[in-house]
Amino acid sequence: MTRTIVLAFVFALAGFAAGHWYTKQGTPAREADAARVAASYEGGFRADRESAAAVGERLASGSITAVAGTPGEHEIVVADGESIQEAVKRAAPGTVIRVRPGTYHETVYIDKDAIRLVGVIEQGRRPVLDGHGKLNDAVLYSGNGIVVENFTITRYKGNGIMGQAGNNFEIRNNLIIDTGVYGIFPQLGKNGIVEHNVLSGIEDAAIYIGMSDNIHVAHNVVFENVAGIEIENSRHAIVENNHVYDNTGGILAFITPGLPIKTTSDVIIRNNFVMRNNHPNFGAPGSIVAGIPAGTGILVMAADDVVIEDNIVSDHKTAGILIVDHTNAANLTVDPESDPNPDRVAILDNVMFRNGYDTIPEVKALMLSGLQRGEPDIVRVGPGAGSCILNRARYVTVGLDDFGVCGFGNTDATVTYLLPPVPPRVIEPGERGKIAYLGICSGCHIYGGRMVGPPVQAIQALYMDDPQALADYIANPVRKRDDYPEMPPQDYLDPETRLAVAKYMLEVRN
Amino acid sequence: MKRSLVVALCMLVSMTCARAQPSASPADFRLAATCPPGFELSAAGGCLLRTLYQFYDSLQERGVGGLRTALPAQRDGFTPQQIDLGRYLFFDPLLSADGTLSCASCHHPQLGWSDGRPRALGMGGVDVGRASPTVWNVAFLHTFFWDARAHSLEEQAAGPLYAEKEMGNTPEQLVASLNANAVYARLFREAFPRDDGHITATQVHTALAAFESSLVSLNSRYDRYAHGDHAALSANELEGLNVFRSFVARCAECHTPPLFTNQQVAVLGTPEPEGRPLDVGAEKTFGEPRLKGGFKVPTLRNIAKTAPYMHSGRFTTLREAVGFYTKGRGHAIPPGVAMQPHWHIWEPDLSEQELDRLVDFLQTLTDETFSPPIPPRVPSGLEPVGTSPLPPALAGAAVAPSTHQGELR
Repeated sequence: MTRTIVLAFVFALAGFAAGHWYTKQGTPAREADAARVAASYEGGFRADRESAAAVGERLASGSITAVAGTPGEHEIVVADGESIQEAVKRAAPGTVIRVRPGTYHETVYIDKDAIRLVGVIEQGRRPVLDGHGKLNDAVLYSGNGIVVENFTITRYKGNGIMGQAGNNFEIRNNLIIDTGVYGIFPQLGKNGIVEHNVLSGIEDAAIYIGMSDNIHVAHNVVFENVAGIEIENSRHAIVENNHVYDNTGGILAFITPGLPIKTTSDVIIRNNFVMRNNHPNFGAPGSIVAGIPAGTGILVMAADDVVIEDNIVSDHKTAGILIVDHTNAANLTVDPESDPNPDRVAILDNVMFRNGYDTIPEVKALMLSGLQRGEPDIVRVGPGAGSCILNRARYVTVGLDDFGVCGFGNTDATVTYLLPPVPPRVIEPGERGKIAYLGICSGCHIYGGRMVGPPVQAIQALYMDDPQALADYIANPVRKRDDYPEMPPQDYLDPETRLAVAKYMLEVRN
Repeated sequence: MKRSLVVALCMLVSMTCARAQPSASPADFRLAATCPPGFELSAAGGCLLRTLYQFYDSLQERGVGGLRTALPAQRDGFTPQQIDLGRYLFFDPLLSADGTLSCASCHHPQLGWSDGRPRALGMGGVDVGRASPTVWNVAFLHTFFWDARAHSLEEQAAGPLYAEKEMGNTPEQLVASLNANAVYARLFREAFPRDDGHITATQVHTALAAFESSLVSLNSRYDRYAHGDHAALSANELEGLNVFRSFVARCAECHTPPLFTNQQVAVLGTPEPEGRPLDVGAEKTFGEPRLKGGFKVPTLRNIAKTAPYMHSGRFTTLREAVGFYTKGRGHAIPPGVAMQPHWHIWEPDLSEQELDRLVDFLQTLTDETFSPPIPPRVPSGLEPVGTSPLPPALAGAAVAPSTHQGELR
C-alpha cells in the first residue's frame, strides 16, 4: 500500500489546490440540481435490430421477470438418499427436477439446456447440498435456460452455484452459507436473474457477476462475506433492493484487469440497504478482494457509467462510496487493454450517514492535502472523466471537485435490462449439413481420393438417393470394408444435423 | 490423382522415397487447388473455416465461455495455393541460414507441432531459451510468443526466421535463395498471381501464416462431449472436467473453452529448470514490473502431445505440471524476486486423485485428424523438416509417412 499512498499524495498535491478553489467559487446551486432531477437515466441497452421505441418500452415496462423460458411438462422427483446428478443425466431439456428435503452430498453439473433444478420446501425444510468441506462446487452449469432455486448450500470448497457461459439463467431463493470462494457466480452469461437469495460466510464475493451482460440482482440478503455483491467486467446490470451488511465491502462495480472481456459499464445500483460493512477482511492472500479496505459501502473500480441512486449507505468506517482507478487499487495486475479509470459515475440522491469515521491513512492524507475536515461519505481517488453528483452539499466528499451536476435525477426509465430468452443462433439445415461435413467428415473423407475413410464418390454411389440411410449409418456405423478402419459413431450430432450432413455429403461435387 | 497414387506408392513401398532427393523433377511440385479439411472454398477463392462451434454464440464475441461457445474470430480466407505453398515452406530447411532447420524442426507434426524438448534448439543446437509452442489453432490467437510480443501470424513468422539463435536468416538472403529456385519462383507466382513475380519476404510470411492457420484441432473427444454426446467421456474424465472447471482448481478461468486459453498474460511463478536464470517474460514486452514472470496462457488442445511443459520446459509430465498449481501460491519464486502471481494462483489443496483426474481430462483434448501430411520432398531438394538437430523423439527414424496416405495435397 505504500506506493498507493505516494501516488495518492502526488495526485492530491497536483490537483487539489485548483479543485479547492473551484469548489469555493463555483459550487453548483441546488436549484440547478432540482431542475434536472425530472430527467431519467437512459444508459440503456439496445438488442440487435430493436427499435428505439421498443427499447424504451422494454426497459421501462419491467414486464420481464423470468428469462429461462416456460417449464416443460417432464418432471423428475429426487428424494432424500437419491442422487440429483442421476436425475440430471436422465433429464431431457425442458425437465423440471424437483428435489425433496434431505441432505445431498454431491456436485451437480448440468451440461444441457433448459433444466430446472427446484428444491421442494416442506414445512420450512429445504433440500441441503452439503459438500462436507471436501467437494469443490455445489452446482456447475454450462447450459442455457438453467434454473436453480430453493436450496440450502453449505460447506463446499469452491462455489455454491457457478455458471459457465449459460444464458437465460435464474438463481433464486437459495440459502448459501460458508461455501468458500463465491456463493453465486454466473460467468460469461447473458440475461440472468439472481434474486431472493441469502448468502453469508463467503471468503470472496457472495454474489459475483463475472463477464456477463443483462443481469438483474435483486432482493438478496448478503452479510458477513468479504464482498457482498460484485459486478465485474459486465454490462447492463441492475443491483436493487438488496440488503448488504456486515461484509468487508458492500456492493462493488469493477473492471478487473487481465480478463478476456475488458469492460464494465451501465451498472445501476439503487434502492439497496448498504450498512456497516466493516467486517475484517478474510479474503485469500493475493485475491483482489483481499485489497478492499474494511468499511467500504459501495466500491467503484475503473467501471464506467455506474449510477448510484436512492441507497441507504450508513456506518462504514472507510467510506460510504469509494471510487478508484486501477493505479490506486491494491493487488492488481496491469492490462494495457483495459481502461483503468472510472468514467461517468453518477451519484444521484442517496441517504448517507456515519461513514468515514475511522478511515484509512490514504484517505486521511487526501483530506489533509485538500485542507478538508470531517468524516467522508464519498471518496474518489485517481483520474476519471465525466462523473457527476446531485446535491453534493448533503455529503462530506473527497476528490469530487471535477464532478459536475448530473443531467438526470433518477433511473425510472430503466426498470430492467432483462430480455426475452436469448434465442440460440439460427442455422439453416443446409448450412448445418455443410458445417458438419467440413468441420468433421472432411478429416477422413475427400471427394475423389482415399484418406482415412473411403472417397465421398464411393459413398455417393452407395447411398445415392437415400440420405436417411446414410444418416442412420453415421449414427451407428458398422465395418463395411476390410481395407478401411471402422468409422467412429457420430451420434453426438442430433438427428436433424445427421440428416443434413448426409444430404450435403450426397450432393458435393468436389 | 496420378500424383497421389505415386506418392502413396512411395510411402507404402519405401521410406527412402519419402526423403527429399535433389533429383526430383521440378514439375512434381504442384500446389493444391482445393482447401484443406475443415475449410470451404469461397466464391472469392479463399478457404473459409467450418466448424461445429459456428453453431454457437459467445458473449461480446470474445470466444471464451463454456462448452457450447463460439470461437474467437479466426484468420482464414487464404487461397488453397497459398496454404499449400506455406506447407512446402514450413518443411523446407532452405528457410534457415545454413539449410539445416525448417519451421518443422521445432514444430513437428508428430510431436504435436512442437518438438518434445524443454526448450527449442536453434542453428547448431543452440538453446534458444524458451519452449516451442504448438502451432495447433494459432488461427484464433491474437498475440504470439510466450511473452505476447507479436500481434499477427506474419509478425510471428518473421521472429524465428531472422533470429540469430534460431533460423539465423536475413530477409535478403531468404528472398535471394527462394528467387534462385525455379520451382519456388513458379509456385510463388501461382500463389500470388497478382504480384509482380518477384518473391518477397512478405509473401513468405503470408504463405506461412496461411498454412499455419489451416492447422485446426476441434474434433477431440472433449468436443464430442461439448456438442452433446454425454458418453464421449469416461467417468474419470468427467470427474477431471469438473475439477478443471471447478472454482477450486480454477483451470478453466484462464484455460477457457473452447480454445482452452483466454489469451491473456498470467504470472504463475513456475520454477526455471535447474541452473537457468529467471525469465522475466512479459515484463519486458510491456515494460511493466508487475508482469515479471508473466507468460501468455497457452492452449491446452493436444497438450498430451507436447511435453515437456511451461515456458522453459521445467515439467516433463502433465502430472508434474498440474501438481505445480497445488503446491502453494508463489512457492517457486526465487527469494528476493518481487513477483505478483495471478489471483487465481492460490492454494487449492487438490488431492492426488483429483490431480490424476485432471490428467485424464487433459488427454481428452487430443485431436490430430486434420494434421496435414509432411511433403515427401521440398523444392530446395533438402531433407524435409531438416537434418540438424532432429527432435530426440524422432532422431534416427525416417520421416514417417502421414496417416493421410495418398492425400491429394
